[in-house]
Amino acid sequence: MTETDVRTGDDLPGADPEAPLLEVRDLHVEFRSRTSPPVHAVNGLSYSVGRGETLAILGESGSGKSVSAQAVLGLLATPPARITGGEIRYRGLDLLGRKDRWLRKIRGRRVAMIFQDALTALNPVVGVADQIAEMYRVHERTGRREARARAIELMERVRIPAAARRADDYPHQFSGGMRQRVMIAMALALRPDVLIADEPTTALDVTVQAQIMKLLAESQAELDTALILITHDLGVVADVADRIVVMYAGSVMEQAPVIDLYARPAHPYTEGLLAAVPRVDRTTTGRLTPITGAPPNLAAIPSGCPFHPRCPRARDRCATERPELRAVGNGRLSACHYAEEVLAGEEAAGD
Amino acid sequence: MSSGPHTETAEAAATATAGGAVGGRRASLWGDAWLELRRRPVFWLAAVMLAFMVLLACVPSLFTSLGPNRGCVLAHSKDGTGPGHPFGFDTQGCDLWSQVIHGARPTILIGLAVTVGSLVISIIFGTLAGYYGGLLDALIARVTDIFFGLPFVLGATVILVAFPDHGVGAMCLVLVVLGWTTMTRIMRSQVISVKTMDYVRAARALGAGDLRIMFRHILPNAIAPVFVVSMLNVGQVIAYEATLDYLGVGLQYPTVSWGLQLNVAQDYFTDFPHLLVFPAVFLSVTVLSFIMLGDVLRDALDPRLR
Repeated sequence: MTETDVRTGDDLPGADPEAPLLEVRDLHVEFRSRTSPPVHAVNGLSYSVGRGETLAILGESGSGKSVSAQAVLGLLATPPARITGGEIRYRGLDLLGRKDRWLRKIRGRRVAMIFQDALTALNPVVGVADQIAEMYRVHERTGRREARARAIELMERVRIPAAARRADDYPHQFSGGMRQRVMIAMALALRPDVLIADEPTTALDVTVQAQIMKLLAESQAELDTALILITHDLGVVADVADRIVVMYAGSVMEQAPVIDLYARPAHPYTEGLLAAVPRVDRTTTGRLTPITGAPPNLAAIPSGCPFHPRCPRARDRCATERPELRAVGNGRLSACHYAEEVLAGEEAAGD
Repeated sequence: MSSGPHTETAEAAATATAGGAVGGRRASLWGDAWLELRRRPVFWLAAVMLAFMVLLACVPSLFTSLGPNRGCVLAHSKDGTGPGHPFGFDTQGCDLWSQVIHGARPTILIGLAVTVGSLVISIIFGTLAGYYGGLLDALIARVTDIFFGLPFVLGATVILVAFPDHGVGAMCLVLVVLGWTTMTRIMRSQVISVKTMDYVRAARALGAGDLRIMFRHILPNAIAPVFVVSMLNVGQVIAYEATLDYLGVGLQYPTVSWGLQLNVAQDYFTDFPHLLVFPAVFLSVTVLSFIMLGDVLRDALDPRLR
């Protein structure tokens, strides 16, 4: 492996510089087991991200957001997982069905990933600097000393105090925030084009969450990386994301620029999510409104619109006819038969 | 975000103090294990006893001027302790002290060689089976079952009787063949449990290949229990070797080993207990030292236990 400019991608034959950095189109993933019906974790997810852009994928647990992220890097164990349809393209190159050997050129170098809990995502018996240095040693065949020096430099860049002195400490000797910084340093080591952060702040307390989000946003700006932020927390995405994809039961419910979405949701599910969190930008009298019911069993997703059993705007049509994801103006997409109604802010008809 | 630099500095300060308390330069897993071991009296006890036994095995001439089975006077057969003969004499009238010293070499050699052999086999088979799973796993599991099913003493007896002119090498081979299964199973289950850890997935997500994942991420996290079992195994192998000698199918005269000495002593030990006691003490101390070493090594190899 020679040192090639990641930007030009000249060791990736066939890459299209004009294509979006990462594009997922109509992705379907299911989990099969011998004893129970197949679980449809992802049902037709589509999105794309470009350089410097931040896309948030929002959804409650079981909405398929993490599964789709792992599918991008070919990390799902097959079986039980099976990608039953769709495309995942990195600069026009299809990532699905590639050999592990080929994917290793992508993983870490072009598309990197940050995991939720850095304590479990870092090897407990390897010092942190060595773990970061491994990125250089694996992908660039860098010598031990140089890789280590670069790793310590990187630890300083992600603002780990006393980086040089703490280089040989083990992950469990760091605080949660510091560990996540180590994880971020690893992911950014090779200046990837796309960074997928899977619930990067969920395991942290609120003040540390803010610092980590700030670090991610700064690093992204510095490297001009595309950032895919997977989260269940509306508050986390508001500041950093450009666009939001809202997932429910493995499907996209709505996709919109973040400001527009917060100002005026175009799907009853998003509407419900927003009503369920306290907001400082809106003085609502009264109580927070939870979404009634529970997320669907992914082995038996409701017919029609998957959200209809919990939807206050549901009508007869919703139970039988699955709404397509369609443009509803202003670069927004919504998968609701009555998106215009929701957008207009009309009260739920409630029949 | 208004969290501001304040909390960040606070966290930084806290981290810095924590880091300062730990301090020092650390090199590697093994380097750290060594630092930890140095502080443990049990380690030193085991290490000193083992060093002594290994010294006996390597340079017996430091402790006795007699060669194995040399200078024996049949008239002294089974005589007790006397001047210049601290352990007395064995049935052949040889000085028991020098015979016990010469017995260290085959015993320790077999103990270590068999354990290293089984460890290597179990690491390779266990890692492959656990990591790749599927057909390979099933195949290795069935082979393991076959060997696991062989009763130890019977199996060893049959093989050793079939090849009457066996030496230390053949003994090692037999003990490895019959002894690798347990460790392989432990290794396999360890690898399977470590394989699903987040850090293995993370390593894969960041571009590590199969070999790197196996040797850098899975093996160091999976090996500690196998390593401890292998240390316990040294003692067990020595005991097995002694058992086979005792049964008369192991090493044969003129080889000198503790097991053989115990074998000979069995007929006389009620009248001449020193024949049994002295080799037995050496054997027990060696076995015990390996067991203690295995125990402290397990603790030292896991940074989370420090």
